[in-house]
Amino acid sequence: MSKSQVLQGNAIVAKAALDAGCDFFAGYPITPSSEIAQIMSQRMPQMNRYFIQMEDEIASLGACIGASLAGRKAMTATSGPGFSLMQEHLGSACIGEIPLVIVNVMRGGPATGMPTKPSQADVMQARWGTHGDHPIIALTPATSEELYTETIRAFNLSEKYYNPVILLLDEVLAKAHEDFTVPDKSEIYLRKKERIKDLNMFDRKIGDNPHRVDFFRGYSIHMDGLEHDAHGWPTIDPATVDKMQTLRMQKIYHNLDDIVKFNTMEMEDADIMIFAFGISARAAMSAVEIARRQGIKAGLFQPLTLWPFPKVVLREKFFTRIKKLLTVELNMGQIKYEIERVARDDVEKKSLNRANGVPFTPFEILAKLKEF
Amino acid sequence: MRKYEKYIRYRTFPTPWCPGCGNGVIVRAIAISLAEMDIDPKDIVVCAGIGCSGRIPTFFNTNTLHTTHGRALTFATGIKLSRPDKTVIVISGDGDALAIGGNHLIHAARRNIGIKMILVNNGIYGMTGGQCSPLTPRRFYTETTPYGNIEPKFDVVDLLSASKASFVGRETVVRPKALEKIILKSFQHRGFSVVEVISNCHINLGRKNKLRDPIAISRWIKSKTVSQKQWESLSPEEKIGVYPTGIRNEENERMEYTDLYQKHIVPNAQAGLKKR
Repeated sequence: MSKSQVLQGNAIVAKAALDAGCDFFAGYPITPSSEIAQIMSQRMPQMNRYFIQMEDEIASLGACIGASLAGRKAMTATSGPGFSLMQEHLGSACIGEIPLVIVNVMRGGPATGMPTKPSQADVMQARWGTHGDHPIIALTPATSEELYTETIRAFNLSEKYYNPVILLLDEVLAKAHEDFTVPDKSEIYLRKKERIKDLNMFDRKIGDNPHRVDFFRGYSIHMDGLEHDAHGWPTIDPATVDKMQTLRMQKIYHNLDDIVKFNTMEMEDADIMIFAFGISARAAMSAVEIARRQGIKAGLFQPLTLWPFPKVVLREKFFTRIKKLLTVELNMGQIKYEIERVARDDVEKKSLNRANGVPFTPFEILAKLKEF
Repeated sequence: MRKYEKYIRYRTFPTPWCPGCGNGVIVRAIAISLAEMDIDPKDIVVCAGIGCSGRIPTFFNTNTLHTTHGRALTFATGIKLSRPDKTVIVISGDGDALAIGGNHLIHAARRNIGIKMILVNNGIYGMTGGQCSPLTPRRFYTETTPYGNIEPKFDVVDLLSASKASFVGRETVVRPKALEKIILKSFQHRGFSVVEVISNCHINLGRKNKLRDPIAISRWIKSKTVSQKQWESLSPEEKIGVYPTGIRNEENERMEYTDLYQKHIVPNAQAGLKKR
């Protein structure tokens, strides 16, 4: 057990990335994520790894895809406007089944919005920002320890499922200095480096991961942003396209048990379920404590995996019993539609939403709980 | 089997290009240059953006990457920086490299990262059906300039020289031997190199500008390009609308980006670590 220290959220993410074996970082300065790039620029060359500041966010993610294809564990960090610029390349990484990690420190938007204020308004952009149907994983840590473990999990999931993983933070989590102890040894997943029999790289059973090789591994492979067949050659054959799209989506949806992770608090006998993630979950944790002291049977469901949405577990384990739902998020109402879709019709639904750059306090959540 | 054939991926043929397209000449010139340097195909990656030129990599039996529109250089930067020992080639069209990807082009040049770029200039967006590009000559008619193009075009070589590219040259597909020579030279260069290859698009550029047949457009290309030596003897008035071929800039003293990273950044970072 290492001793505890006071560390900024961005610094914890950078530390976790280095511990996860991230050996390529390309970025572009943007508040409130710049510290990640700053720390990487200092630490990466010390460890004989690669850091580059690119000309914009489009280029940053492009460089990460290139590095990942060359066998590196690549990461970039950005905020809302930069994340918008990255959307085309995010799709590129999804169709090419390219592992990488994107940190998006959410700030007030749209446009330049409020660069120094938190928001949770990129959750739908994270899911549907790039065009076309695509699989995506997005993680939402809420505490300093989760910042570390979820960053490592982001790398592990991306390497395992050959897919980009988005780490969704917010300005408060990223900028606040908090007490932090490095958790005990984390497991690091390494990309498979075995030889392949033929170049049918993308062919597999539904639910399996691709056995794709990287560049310079002794083969002459073709990677394409066009819809491709099992070899990677461009195709528009409807049957092949159908198959490839299904394979890409199902590698995620067949493995929900492995990907979906969440925390609960006082949910065993709760009447009201609070659904909150990130900084809103922190306020909700205190709200639950205070509510319990006042005799309100509230509990918290805090998703660590926001996408794919934990709908199976919610439907089968929680909405069988829960009759009241309060969704708390720092936006004008995004994820509430997702969870209200999952909840049964007889569940009484309320939500707490705002996007003025001020995080919720436990007492605001408590007041809302009392409205039930 | 000829020496360069090991660089050609025959199973992806036929090409999607129109009969008479200059891209074939470019594929051959690149393959011949690679054969001349005798690089292992498995140590090469050829990247391209979107467009007719974007389909060129598919025909090389190397690692190949078809990226997004205009951004091939960014992917290539990631590959080159993380594997400096490998040969990274980027093929880009004029719309790809100078319109949507203009920013990446000047920054790659400024950075002097060892990517070898072939910029195929056919003066038009061919794959989308013949729209005006930043390199469409003035007064030319295209699908989006039905009354004639009023915008001046970029001089790619001037632009890249100003951006401090350490190797810049220009050649045309009409002179395949000279093209092979200059591409080989650019591939042997250690820093960022660009060869602007003026190519013919008699189908989409020629169609509306009385250059519909491949011979006519080849003659037109020939009439618009002169050798460096002839260029120097021209008067300022004669120089308008005429472009010199050959190597413009070749600067071997400037250190390549990944070399600098290894020689300057890494040791300094590690020395700093010891001090602490």
